[in-house]
This record gives sequence, structure tokens and C-alpha cells, in this order.
Amino acid sequence: MSAIETEAARGGAHAVAIASSIGRFLVIAITTYLGLLAVTFFIGRVIPIDPVLAVLGDRAPAAVVERTRREMGLDLPLVQQFYIYLKDALSGNFGNSVLTTNPVMTDIRRAFPATIELATLGTLIGSVLGVPLGVLAAVRRGSLIDQIVRIIGLVGYSVPIFWLGLLALVLFYAKLQWVAFPGRLDVVFAYTFAPITGFYLLDSALQGQWDVFRDAFRHIILPASLLGYFSLAYISRMTRSFMLNELAQEYIVAARAKGLSETRVIWGHALRNAAVPMVTVIALSYAGLLEGSVLTETVFSWPGIGLYITNSLQNADMNAVLGGTIIIGSVFIGINLLSDLLYRLLDPRTKAE
Amino acid sequence: MSELGQTRRDWLLSERPASRTQARLGRVYVAWRRFTANRLAFLGLLIIIALLVVAALAPMLAPFSPVVGDLKTSRLLPPGAEHWLGTDDLGRDILSRLIYGSRWTLYVVVLVAIIAAPIGLLVGTVAGYAGGWTDAVLMRLTDIFLAFPKLILALAFVAALGPGIENAVLAIAITSWPPYARIARAETLTIRNSDYIKAVQLMGASPIRIVLRHIMQLCISSLIIRVTLDMAGIILTAAGLGFLGLGAQPPLPEWGAMIASGRRFILDQWWVAGAPGGAILIVSLGFNLLGDGLRDALDPRSGEK
Repeated sequence: MSAIETEAARGGAHAVAIASSIGRFLVIAITTYLGLLAVTFFIGRVIPIDPVLAVLGDRAPAAVVERTRREMGLDLPLVQQFYIYLKDALSGNFGNSVLTTNPVMTDIRRAFPATIELATLGTLIGSVLGVPLGVLAAVRRGSLIDQIVRIIGLVGYSVPIFWLGLLALVLFYAKLQWVAFPGRLDVVFAYTFAPITGFYLLDSALQGQWDVFRDAFRHIILPASLLGYFSLAYISRMTRSFMLNELAQEYIVAARAKGLSETRVIWGHALRNAAVPMVTVIALSYAGLLEGSVLTETVFSWPGIGLYITNSLQNADMNAVLGGTIIIGSVFIGINLLSDLLYRLLDPRTKAE
Repeated sequence: MSELGQTRRDWLLSERPASRTQARLGRVYVAWRRFTANRLAFLGLLIIIALLVVAALAPMLAPFSPVVGDLKTSRLLPPGAEHWLGTDDLGRDILSRLIYGSRWTLYVVVLVAIIAAPIGLLVGTVAGYAGGWTDAVLMRLTDIFLAFPKLILALAFVAALGPGIENAVLAIAITSWPPYARIARAETLTIRNSDYIKAVQLMGASPIRIVLRHIMQLCISSLIIRVTLDMAGIILTAAGLGFLGLGAQPPLPEWGAMIASGRRFILDQWWVAGAPGGAILIVSLGFNLLGDGLRDALDPRSGEK
């Protein structure tokens, strides 16, 4: 076989490998998503002893109860109920919220950008600070900075986020008055500012309304820093361990022997190889922040999905709770799977297998 | 060092232990030495021991009642000589509530561990030993649960089951078994083809007996480490549920719920919410330090990373 043919065969095998890994990816994505829907169906329909009772209360006349039961499809077999539930959920129909009387999807669409904006800024803060800190901790192992990174990580894994948020409010809002609270904007701007995308920082900058931008920034910076701290704790710890792994490899010795500067060895060679798993870590921390936003948003009255879910919980509004759970769960699963796929595509070693 | 101490040490560290007991004690001794050399891990152990002691002796240690306060004269008092950590809005001594609250923290942590760890162990060992379709189905199920956001799922579960500390425990347990299944399966895969398992198979032991009597035992040590490391997360999730009003209900002195009720006074009487949060921080820190130390002591491979 000629060299070209071998090369072509290898390329073909590679394409097959990619296709099969994408196929596997799709199977995993679909089963996981079905699993999420099955669990939420179980939570919403099977655990409550009588969902009709939950909707109508216990004083409704028997005829009304019977009609509602039929309207909700509860007289059908469970499999058929699940099929209807699947169809509704996939078309984004989660029913109406008892609390706001809007369709749940409308509410979520309104709240979602707030959560995304908060989590994105938090991840940004966490990775911009966390990666260099982790690298420094690995390079100067056992030094003061290594100890600091260790303590940041330990405290980050041990502190209740809502408590830290409350204390931060006392310090930065009540005592120092550096930041604004609560919500996303001061009431003054509520009627003069028309958001386009729902990301207030972006919208106000696009429209050149710099006073709004300043105000939005004063509102978002504290909750975002708080989330940023938690992602920093995770990212710096993981960066440190990846970097230690890379720095122990032989190619680092080779690079040093070639006479490269230590800066290039660390930031050019070691970090570049650590970057592939770092993508996964940062994606996972982003997904984690979406989840952590439930408690943070409650503390800071941030009108995102987290606050929507907790408010609905307090009013026993199951449609809204399940809708919010499915949306956050889907995004969470999506990010998980995407980071996995990205890892496979970016890391040349996984292609060889 | 005295001669007796020297010989006892030699006996423990002997390369040719004369009995099974000697070998076991020697292994424990080595692990203990490695563990106590790590000062932070030792601090973690002390914190957990202190938690256990406080929880056990709560009625003796607490200076006041945790549920009944003096509404007339002692509402929202700042920390002082009589009430070391101040009082809350119902005039109850916060220190006493914290001391009794340690019982609920232990209650949650222990119950979640007792429910979730055996589920994970069973799923993991069965999947690992059986292989084939059983393995594929069980692990797919594990992956699905692993891909869920834990807190959100726990929230939804509690929303359906109704608030309360038992339901919070159940919800946390349902969402925290998958990592244990992963670990147990990985361990089982390394053990499955070893000679002693072959020997037991030749003796005619049934698969159930092999999994229950010969495989599970060997998975337990790595499982204990993982559970210890997870304890902090369990405490934080339980406190989060309590904070949202879904966990322990008043007047139970659960720390998360105490933060929630102190939230209204946070700007003027910060200690009402501040103290229970500090308690949560210290205890979770203790579990994290202990878990790290256990991992380094029992698993020398990961020690230097």
C-alpha cells in the first residue's frame, strides 16, 4: 500500500471515529434529556397524592374535580400521560403559572437573560483570576501564594453561598455603600430604559446610555463577584493540579534544556497543554453557577430563574417549579455534554484511540 | 524513646507480620502516622470530634433552652456576658440553638450517608461485576443522574414531597448516590479478575455472595473517603434547603433555617444570621480537611498532587 493510501485510510478512519463519537454523543444527549423529563414527570405527577387537589384545593365540588381530572389527562394510563407530557415539554409548553397567570415559558424567557448575565460575569471573574492564580500556585509550590490558593479553595468549598452573600450585603451595601441593591436596576431607570436582548450591561452599552450601564454594573457586581469567588475556588484548584501534572512531563525538561525562558516554558508550553482540560473545568463551573444562582438570586433579589423558582416554591406553583427545573436542567446537561464533546475535539490524543 | 515503645513500633512495622491482626494493626498504624503528620487534617478531625461531643452533650452544654426565649427582656440582644452569641428575635439564646442545631446537622449528614452510600455501592458493584447489558443500563442511569443539577433537583423533590427535614434528607440522598456508584464500579473492575475472586468462583460461590462478601468490602475504603469529602456539600445543600424554607421547619434549631430567620435583621443585628453561618463554615471546613487528609493517608498515590 502506498504512503498516500495509508494516509487516506487513516483520514477515513478518523472521520469514522468522529462520526461515531458524534453518534454516541447524540445518544447520550437524548437519553439524558429523556431521563430529566422522566424524573420531572415523576416529581410532578406521581409523587403528589392527587394533583387535582393541589390545583383546586380540598373544597371543590365532586363534579369540578372530575372535570379537572379529565382536563388534566389524569384519567389516562400513565404511559399516555408521559407521552403528552413529553410532547408539551418539548414544545415548551409547561402550562400556566398560578402566581403570575402567564404561561410559564413567557416568565422564564423574561427571567432567563438575568441569570445568564449573572453567571457569565461570574465565570468571567472566576476564570480571569483563577487561571493565573492556579498557574502561580503550581509553579511556586509550597510558597505563600500556593497556601493562599489552597485556603481560597478550602473556604470556597465550605462556606454557605447565601450566608457569604448576606455578609457581603452588610459590608458593601449597608456600611460602605459601594454597591446598589436590590434587583438589576434602580427604579428611576425602570421606565426610561428599553432592553433589547435582556442583558442589561450589553443593552445599555449598545444604546450608549452610560448612566444606565453604571447603575446596572453597581447592581450586578456584588452577586457576580460572589459567584465569581466560587468559580475561582474551583478553577484555581483544578488549574493548579493540571499544571503540576504538565510540569512533571518530560517535554518540559526538553524545553528547559533548549534554553527557553521560564516564562515561555510555563505560559507557552505547560499552560497550552493544560488548556484542554481547563475548557471542561470552566464549562462545568459555568453550569455550576447556573445552579448556584438559585440561592444567590434569592439573597440579592435578582429577578432570574433562580428567584422565579424559589418564589413559585413558596406558593406551591408546581408548573413554574418544574418548568424552571427543566430549563436549568437542560442548559446544565447541554453544557456538560458540549464540554465533553469539545474535549474530544480539542485533545488530539482522544482522536488516536 | 523507651525500649518498650521501640519494640512495639517494630512489631507494628514488621515486614513479616506473624498474624493477620499484626498486619492489620501495622497498616492502621502507618495510615495513622501519615494522617497525623498532616496538621490540617488533624485539625479537621478535632473539629468533627468536637461536633460529635457537642451534639452528644447538648443538654448539658447549652446554657438556655433552644426553643423557648424570654420575649419581654431579651429580644435581639447583642453578644455579651450572659448570651455569648446574642439572642434572636424571639429572645432565644443563639449559642444554645447552635449547640442543639449540631444534632440536626449530624442527623442530616449521617442519614444521607446511610441512604446514598449503600445505593451507590450496590449499583456500582453489581454493574462492575455483571458487566454487559446490566452494566450499560445501570451506568447510563448513573450518568443521567450525574448530569442533573443537584440542588435544583433536590428543590423540585422537596417541592413535591412537602417541606421538612426528612424530605430534605431523602431529596439530597436521591441526588447524591451516583458518584459512589462510579467509584464502586471502578474498584470492582480492578478486583473482578483477581485470583482470589477466581478462587471463590471455583469454590462455587454464587455471584450474589461474591459481590456481597468479597467485592463490597474492598470498595468501602475509597467510598468512605468520598463520602467524607461529600459531607461538606451535603451540609451546604441541607442548609440551602433550610434557608429557602424547604428543610427543617421552625422552631427546629437547624442552622440554615436560622440564617433564613435572621435574614430580616441582617443590617442591624448581623449576629442572628452571622453565628449559624459561621458554625456551618467551621463544620464543613472540618469535613473537607478530614476528607483531604484521609485521602492522602489511605491512598498514597494521590498524596503528592
